[in-house]
Amino acid sequence: MTPPAELERFDRVERLAHWTTAVLFGVLLLTGAALYAGPVSTLVGQRELVRMLHVSAGVALPVPLLVGLAGRWGRRLRRDLRELGRLDDDDRRWLRRSTRAGARLAKFNPGQKLNAAFLGSAMVVMLGTGIVLKWFSLFSLDTRTGATFVHDWVALGIWIAVAGHIALALRDSEALRGMRRGFVSARWARTMRPRWYEAETGEPAERLRAPEPAAPAGSS
Amino acid sequence: MEPEARQTAIGRRVFLGMAAFAATGVVFGTQIQGWLERNVGPVLARDPTGLLALLPIGRFRIYTVTSDLPSRSRAEYRLHVRGLVERETVLTFDELSALPRTRLRRDFQCVTGWRVPDVEWAGVRLSEVLDRAGVKPEAGAVRFVSFDGAYSESLTLAQARRHDVLVAYELQGSPLSSEHGGPARLYVAPMYGYKSCKWLDTIELTAQVEPGYWEHRGYDVDGWVGHSNHRSDDTTS
Repeated sequence: MTPPAELERFDRVERLAHWTTAVLFGVLLLTGAALYAGPVSTLVGQRELVRMLHVSAGVALPVPLLVGLAGRWGRRLRRDLRELGRLDDDDRRWLRRSTRAGARLAKFNPGQKLNAAFLGSAMVVMLGTGIVLKWFSLFSLDTRTGATFVHDWVALGIWIAVAGHIALALRDSEALRGMRRGFVSARWARTMRPRWYEAETGEPAERLRAPEPAAPAGSS
Repeated sequence: MEPEARQTAIGRRVFLGMAAFAATGVVFGTQIQGWLERNVGPVLARDPTGLLALLPIGRFRIYTVTSDLPSRSRAEYRLHVRGLVERETVLTFDELSALPRTRLRRDFQCVTGWRVPDVEWAGVRLSEVLDRAGVKPEAGAVRFVSFDGAYSESLTLAQARRHDVLVAYELQGSPLSSEHGGPARLYVAPMYGYKSCKWLDTIELTAQVEPGYWEHRGYDVDGWVGHSNHRSDDTTS
């Protein structure tokens, strides 16, 4: 049996959850910066609109992920999230520069796992502290000061994580295609995620390396 | 499948770590922020690139208690002085700025923890404005009303006559912007920011201090920096 030319990496539910969450994160980062850094907030009257956008996007932020996880349709998302939450021996090898070459990764690399863990946790923290900032009259002065402090610094962390996530995605067009269209080439899977390739196809990843398959007949 | 024992639950660890950071930050944020403002703030203020100034240390935060950012041009602006005065007075912006000008350079301390170092204010001493209207002997306090429609503040007459209490119309050498309370606001240098009523519309002389917007919500009426609201910031007078 010939291995497929492409493998399905993310199903429709996962991609929908990813991209709606991404849009909401984008809105939150931009409106948050506007509320924080000022030049936009001097456009009189716009501040309230920006604030309303920020709060609405914040409340909506966990929805795509929760809906994606909730039903029968979320099987793959649930499975991928479980895998994202765990580091195995190969991940630890990958994290050490000296042993990285020998690491045989499964579906995700450790950076993706850490990014998912950080951003997922940050969502919870930002939502919690955001509630304190929005409905401030219910909380003590010290709680508000503390919530502001946490909201500010975690926001900075999210900016850095998201910028890094986008930069790395743009450097690996095949990985990006996996999240845009759902499929990656078998060749990418074989070299970048050998253990995932093996689990998906039942074929060993390394065997196919030696003789490159010839171009299909009649293509020239 | 990898044996379960060799796997690290990185997701759970990161989540617990973040939760611990957030809980610590919410509980001790007041102290941590205060320490950062005192020790790191002055360093950031000297950063020539200005990039570090984007960090959440030593920055103004803009708070409004109404849904809109109140806006009024200098041409539209009027400052009303009334209550227990000899002459009820209405000052245009030009009339206000024609009064003797005073400059003050102080740290600005908010009761929610943030502090902005070395802020330069320019305006008119409140006592000048009071003297123009003439304070009746039975007056003991001054009440301030914002044109945002909701905010008010008060000082005793003795506090109001201090030389570091201004009707301010310039901030850092520029006309006071709407977000900072322009065209003109109160600036009470030795007290927390909530005493410095933004978008100042009316100055009313009263017999006694009437608690303002935040004081109805638990803040101290005498909002001295470092000696009120259970805080121990360095003073700003």
